[in-house]
Amino acid sequence: MSAGHDKVERNIGLMAVLIAGVIAVGGFIEIVPLMLGSHLDEPAPGVKPLTPLQVAGREVYVREGCYGCHSQQVRSLHEETLRYGPYSIAGESVYDHPFQWGSKRTGPDLSRVGGRYSDQWHRMHLMNPRDLVPESNMPGYPWLAEQWFDGEQVQAMMRALKRSGVPYTEDDIAAAPEAVKGETKLTALIAFLQSLKASPRDPAPSTEAATEAAP
Amino acid sequence: MSARRPEPTLHAEPVPESLFVSHSTTASVVHYDDEVVRRFALTTVLWGIVGMSVGVLIAAQLLWPALNFDVPYLTYSRLRPLHTNAVIFAFGGSALFATSYYVVQRTCQTRLFLPRLAMFTFWGWQLVIVAAAITLPMGITQSREYAELEWPIDLLIAVVWVSYAVVFFGTIVKRKVDHIYVANWFFGAFILAVAILHIVNNIVIPFSATQSYPIYGGTVDAMVQWWYGHNAVGFFLTAGFLGMMYYFVPKQVGKPIYSYRLSIVHFWALISTYMWAGPHHLLYTSLPDWVQSVGMVFSLILLAPSWGGMINGVMTLSGAWHKLRTDPIIKFLIVSLSFYGMSTFEGPMMAIKTVNGLSHYTDWTIGHVHSGALGWVGLISIGSLYALIPRLYGKPAMHSVPAINLHFWLATIGIVLYIVAMWIAGVMQGLMWRAVDADGTLSYSFVESLRATYPYYAVRLLGGVLYLSGMFIMAWNVWRTVQPERLATPSEHALLGVAK
Repeated sequence: MSAGHDKVERNIGLMAVLIAGVIAVGGFIEIVPLMLGSHLDEPAPGVKPLTPLQVAGREVYVREGCYGCHSQQVRSLHEETLRYGPYSIAGESVYDHPFQWGSKRTGPDLSRVGGRYSDQWHRMHLMNPRDLVPESNMPGYPWLAEQWFDGEQVQAMMRALKRSGVPYTEDDIAAAPEAVKGETKLTALIAFLQSLKASPRDPAPSTEAATEAAP
Repeated sequence: MSARRPEPTLHAEPVPESLFVSHSTTASVVHYDDEVVRRFALTTVLWGIVGMSVGVLIAAQLLWPALNFDVPYLTYSRLRPLHTNAVIFAFGGSALFATSYYVVQRTCQTRLFLPRLAMFTFWGWQLVIVAAAITLPMGITQSREYAELEWPIDLLIAVVWVSYAVVFFGTIVKRKVDHIYVANWFFGAFILAVAILHIVNNIVIPFSATQSYPIYGGTVDAMVQWWYGHNAVGFFLTAGFLGMMYYFVPKQVGKPIYSYRLSIVHFWALISTYMWAGPHHLLYTSLPDWVQSVGMVFSLILLAPSWGGMINGVMTLSGAWHKLRTDPIIKFLIVSLSFYGMSTFEGPMMAIKTVNGLSHYTDWTIGHVHSGALGWVGLISIGSLYALIPRLYGKPAMHSVPAINLHFWLATIGIVLYIVAMWIAGVMQGLMWRAVDADGTLSYSFVESLRATYPYYAVRLLGGVLYLSGMFIMAWNVWRTVQPERLATPSEHALLGVAK
């Protein structure tokens, strides 16, 4: 082995080609099949592209870095479905650019938080979480109540999403400025949070328990 | 003292001391391009302090949320990516630039290829770091882990990185010795892999100067991102630092690397296996099962090549164990390898689906990351810098050896407090989240698990403060070492000024 390898140790071009070769294989085999000939880009039943206001809210979610503490991915584990609801499926996040599954839960998962609390609850909680949850260590985001996106900014977001494959029509994009008029980043974020729900599916053995679960 | 002595084979002689010669009076000596090395070495200390200070701040914010001050630029969710980017790319990156530029010149017995391009990589990289420090607190982020920086900065990174590759591989091409030393295999693989990862993961559709969305969506984006994220660990934080290890451990110990054959086997096994392990970040998610299983299997296999590197480093000390008592730099290097061995055992274990079911999303992951980051990456960089800096400035040793010892103990105790606190917190969170009462309902609300975590967040903060305080001692020690003026009388000072 050493004799054969000796050639590699004396030829940097050969070594670089071999290195590039072995590091390319793993990613290629794991990623390319997901892009081609798989159903991972098909939306689950009932999953639609976000409305303009929700797009603006998702932009707030992404820019504030909520993924550092909140996942959007219920794993296929019994206790997890008890706490949050039905486990996540690929068809629910097809329109997510970028994906926001997260990797750490300093706070709870949010992928099924829509409809669980009122808009007013979210407003108070985002202004100062400890007003509602005294033990919380979540930062407040009061500045969101005084900032907003222009209609053109939201249109630019929707066009970028369209170019990456989200099926918005020109009419959808044209309607955006009207839809976000008078809305703050706070109300946009709340609209996005309220949109986070499990896709309807059947049969769903663990869903009965989930509706009664503690948050 | 001739620096043109042929490069030794790995299994025969120790790396000769002449490899450390830079600016000597000996006529035949190669005059290496060390200005860029000096600059990167000093910025390693600077960015280490900055990145770890942000880490201490955000650790305190998790304990006392009032420290967010309701100021957007000081808010935890914006500062966490600043912390991770600063310690990985600013501190770790500067250490890798410094040591790779230093090592490649000594082991190839030649000056850098295109030294001006090397200096461009210094200023380019500093610009990337400053741009990150400005944009991330402003909320300009992709929100994809360890790839948060937006597209204009990503373009600059790509240009700097390609320049780095040109300098590094160009230097190897014009080497004066036939054989390519093993440290350069690891540095080379790290540079190539990071180029591929960075470019593939950052293919985005920009829609303003500060905003973009990735072309990948949902599950595919998750897979691409964690292929990138895991190999940022595998190549930026492992292969690159193994390159550092393969030079500075034998150098400081004064013995050859333990096993030449092992270095070949574990090099190829490590770089080919790492690339498969990304899906272990996505177990039990909506990623297809076959990819999850492949990722888990390769993560388990990864234990062997990882420990190959640890064994090769630690066993280099065999026959010279007594040096651990007297040389604090060797303490840094060997304890670093111990943490490397520990976290590369822990990683495969956490990649087992059933273990991951408990550990994922908890602070156990944070503890795991920091045993690798503070223990392996931090200590090997610090030890290497303590060996490197006196040589770069023509000094026999660091200004204060007791200060190196103090730094060693502050860092080690800090790491132990940090990771033990996070282990306990993480396992506790995992158990509380899955606990069910006899009637089948959950035992704890989410916030109860958070409340139970606060004492451990306090211990973690203390560990971080200790580690950071060690960095301040290092900064003082480096400052005293690099200043010739301090030791000279005014008249000598004047003479030195003339001599320049």
